Amino acid sequence: MEFDFIAEKDKFLMLGYGLLAFVAVVGGLLLLLDVVPSWFARRHEAKLVAASASGAPLPRWPKQREGLFALFFLLPTLLLLAVGLVGPAIRTTLLSFMDAGSNDWVGLRNYGWMFSDPAILRVLTNTLVWVILVPLVATSFGLVYAVLVDKVRFEAVAKSLIFLPMAISFVGASIIWKFVYAYRGDDQQQIGLLNQIVVSLGGEPKFFLQESPLNTLLLIMIMVWIQAGFAMVVLSAAIKAIPADIVEAARLDGVTPWQMFWQITMPNIRPALIVVVVTLSIATLKVFDIVRTATNGNYDTSVIANEMYNQAFRYGQNGQGSALAVFLFVLVIPIVIYQIRNLRQQREG
Amino acid sequence: MTTATPTVGAGAQATGATTTASRVRKRLNSRTATVVSIVIAVLWTVPTFGLFISSFRPEDQIKTTGWWTAFTDPQFTLENYQQVLFGSGSSGRLISYFINSLAITIPSVLFPIAFASLAAYALAWINFRGRDWLYIAIFALQIVPLQMALVPLLKFFSTGVTIAGVQVLPAWNLVDEQKFAQVWFAHTCFALPFAVFLLHNFISQLPGDLMEAARVDGASHPRIFRTIVLPLITPALAAFGIFQFLWVWNDLLVALIFADGGDETAPLTVRLAELAGSRGNEWQRLTAGAFVSIVVPLIVFLSLQRYFVRGLLAGSVKG
Amino acid sequence: MAFARSRQTLAIAGALGLALGVTACGTGNDKKSSNAGSAECAAYEKYGDNDGKKVTIYSSIRDIEADRLDESWKQFEDCTGIDIDHEGSAEFEAQLGVRVDGGNAPDLAFIPQPGLLKRFVDAGKLKPVGAETKTEAEANYSPDWLKYGTLNGQLYGAPLGSNVKSYVWYSPKMFKDKGWTVPTTWDELIKLSDTIAASGTKPWCAGIESGDATGWPATDWIEDVLLRTAGPEAYDQWTTHGIPFNDPKVADALNRAGTILKNDKYVNGGFGGVKSIATTSFQEAGIPITTGKCALHRQASFYANQWPQGTKVAEDGDVFAFYFPAIDPAQGKPVLGGGEFVGAFADRPEVQAVQTYLASGEFANSRAKIGDWVSANKKLDLANVPNPVDRLSVQLLQDEKTVFRFDGSDLMPAAVGAGTFWKGMVEWINGKDTATVLNGIEGSWK
Repeated sequence: MEFDFIAEKDKFLMLGYGLLAFVAVVGGLLLLLDVVPSWFARRHEAKLVAASASGAPLPRWPKQREGLFALFFLLPTLLLLAVGLVGPAIRTTLLSFMDAGSNDWVGLRNYGWMFSDPAILRVLTNTLVWVILVPLVATSFGLVYAVLVDKVRFEAVAKSLIFLPMAISFVGASIIWKFVYAYRGDDQQQIGLLNQIVVSLGGEPKFFLQESPLNTLLLIMIMVWIQAGFAMVVLSAAIKAIPADIVEAARLDGVTPWQMFWQITMPNIRPALIVVVVTLSIATLKVFDIVRTATNGNYDTSVIANEMYNQAFRYGQNGQGSALAVFLFVLVIPIVIYQIRNLRQQREG
Repeated sequence: MTTATPTVGAGAQATGATTTASRVRKRLNSRTATVVSIVIAVLWTVPTFGLFISSFRPEDQIKTTGWWTAFTDPQFTLENYQQVLFGSGSSGRLISYFINSLAITIPSVLFPIAFASLAAYALAWINFRGRDWLYIAIFALQIVPLQMALVPLLKFFSTGVTIAGVQVLPAWNLVDEQKFAQVWFAHTCFALPFAVFLLHNFISQLPGDLMEAARVDGASHPRIFRTIVLPLITPALAAFGIFQFLWVWNDLLVALIFADGGDETAPLTVRLAELAGSRGNEWQRLTAGAFVSIVVPLIVFLSLQRYFVRGLLAGSVKG
Repeated sequence: MAFARSRQTLAIAGALGLALGVTACGTGNDKKSSNAGSAECAAYEKYGDNDGKKVTIYSSIRDIEADRLDESWKQFEDCTGIDIDHEGSAEFEAQLGVRVDGGNAPDLAFIPQPGLLKRFVDAGKLKPVGAETKTEAEANYSPDWLKYGTLNGQLYGAPLGSNVKSYVWYSPKMFKDKGWTVPTTWDELIKLSDTIAASGTKPWCAGIESGDATGWPATDWIEDVLLRTAGPEAYDQWTTHGIPFNDPKVADALNRAGTILKNDKYVNGGFGGVKSIATTSFQEAGIPITTGKCALHRQASFYANQWPQGTKVAEDGDVFAFYFPAIDPAQGKPVLGGGEFVGAFADRPEVQAVQTYLASGEFANSRAKIGDWVSANKKLDLANVPNPVDRLSVQLLQDEKTVFRFDGSDLMPAAVGAGTFWKGMVEWINGKDTATVLNGIEGSWK
């Protein structure tokens, strides 16, 4: 492969600048945090010395110092989030109350449209099906597999194979599965694996991706295929982290594997389970590429993120697209409340 | 399941005969588990494997017969890879896009790791008012669909920020490869909520007495962060790093908007989407293209997978 | 640890950059200079002095087609010194909006939908063409064409490439072997279809899968039939919502198209039953003609690019196209077609120079010579059009007697024309009845 280093020079230079900026920003921040407090500390010490010399009451450590530290630690994140996500989220919410061209206020009209158009209602139900099934199926599968594969031979290989789809983009995965679901007329050779199986069992080839509601389940299968590996790896790690003495003690008490699973394993991996379910739920709410690549939202398979993109970018309906996005924000509220409860428990525990 | 109770209970008894029996049974059990888990693993891999085989098959074969027929009637070619890698016409240099992908991905992984670990530490171990609410707010930001952030962020780059007619921040006015900076910025923004969520999970579960001891010794927060927290969460950082790498490497939408489509800045995904898309169902290009794009994440994943498992392990130590 | 590692990376990158910098000094600095003085450049003097300026163009044209475009304006670039930076994207329609709203608009965009053009004009983003471009466009294109780029009395985009959609592709060789003749009326077409079906071959093949745009080939079918059954005036009313989308005339057209597209005896040669139309990509839909698995395929002139290499496109070759026959003799057979319009988001002199050039006869001929391109440009010399189907199309487009109508789905608001209409056609093929589909689309048009 001929390769012109000179032509690519600028890119490496830019990459170099990027890395330099990284070192400068992060290093600078840490340095600042190191130098400034020690300067304060010295001054505080000096005050202490002066105070003890004069016999005045000892000054206390200033309380807001902690807050100041926190601010510096959080500053880059907060700034970036404000520009990249908070601003856009507010803008989206405002746009959802405006018309297609974002010129006039229309009140709740876009929301009215959302809940009255049968096609959109279908989109909302589909999203609901997705967000219930994907975390449930992917997590259960990952958990069962993690338990099954624990301590067997070839564990590493078996786990790698399940995790492999994580490395594939959503688009790539959808292409792979579109290939599996492909249809050819019954007078021809099938090129899709699933239809080949159907045909060799004596059935008629089916249009898997065109038959609602089966097609939504088949698309969900793609997401499960990608995410089960994530669930499996996290949960498997959690299972391995259960202290051996607990497991041994339970075994000595003569518990069944079933009891072991529910009474020892499950309570111990609960935090990992929560991470998995929460992460999968949010990823599922935002799923976009799979539906887009596999069916383009046809045959009653569309989901909110896909419809939102169509409305806002393809149809020039900013208001309606934004209303769909706001509905996504609303759907995440239960997860947020659950997370708050968890945090409370953690703080108390 | 209740019937299983006596058998396993017997296994726990320390008498010689039952121990042998249970050992046999245990070996049998683990053998079944091995077989079942390998069967599932193989099933899980079949779709990818099919695509892999297809990518070496000639175009007419891909379109008319299933990939499994390649076993009975093997016909293989490198033509598909030839087409995808060296392409046709002006923009055949895939290597150029490859470098773009690297130049986009590396900083886009480093920045969020650094910023998020700082933030996660502050949220977990620095006492200040409203930190839980701040954490919840950052967590909730995960839901903002990045599609809705594209236009405002693009505006931020191209026109700067103006408040009440006063230019607060200037436009970036970047050209060619300088546009990488926009992509880094965008990817960092979009990655932060998940990164903070994940890292907070790990950092907040580090043993509290460790921090207490350091505080008593008079260590400042930056010092604790550097000397105690960072070494402990390295595996977690690696875990998030892999995620972020996979995500950025596979991203199409962000690159399409913030990097433009020329060979100066567009990553591999943009190029492959073009190759595959311009002629409809060109399975032969799609299959080979998909594999070209999978190779790097696969290598990264396989070589870092050790860290990955350890990283997640570290988080659940305190269960 | 992460920091230590990144510092190491930085050192490597730095060293690499340095080494590259040193080698870079060795190569000469050949700045592209214009050959403004040479004889062949005389024709380009009128575009003024814009040496060293850059004009960005965004379009949906990619791959080989994009390379051909680059080639076609090469001389213009060399002579004027303007650097044209063209970028094609499959996501053009969606991304253009994002870029424009984000303040990062290209200088020029090749917009294939007058509906989209209108959206940018309404938002005040698009600039009207300059006086020179206007003169050039008015000299080269018929008022019929210009009206699609005109809004509120201002011309916002001169036409560029075009295509003729009212074609049925067939294999002259197959027809000759079997003794079939090219039909000239709808009844003959149906009769021929029956004859072919009786011979054991499914006569028609079709495919409407096209990624994001799945469904559009079916909308062309409906429009072609509607033009022939209800006539151009009714068609115009329909595209502007003067009559409802579910007007009985439209339902008739849909049902008539359905006698072919939803007839299991007729479709889908080489692919399967009716439903397979929805999943067959439009690019491969006509290919079975080359293997004898189907005989007829209604698709636009640009389908000439899709045939496998080595297929001879000619009246006596492997494949050719006949004109979609008239249905109601009173309505004749109007031409259904499409094309791009060159809209400008900037009005710098160099941008206007490029815009003027693209509207000129020089560009049309330069592009046509490279092959596989059609334009309604009157200065386009037929001798420069190599492909016989393209030549036929140019003749049709240049003929003053031709009644031309633009692709209706491109004229409607995007939410309908690129949204519910496409989706409705997919559902229609997938089994939904005509009335339900049309009522749904009508309901979405606000």
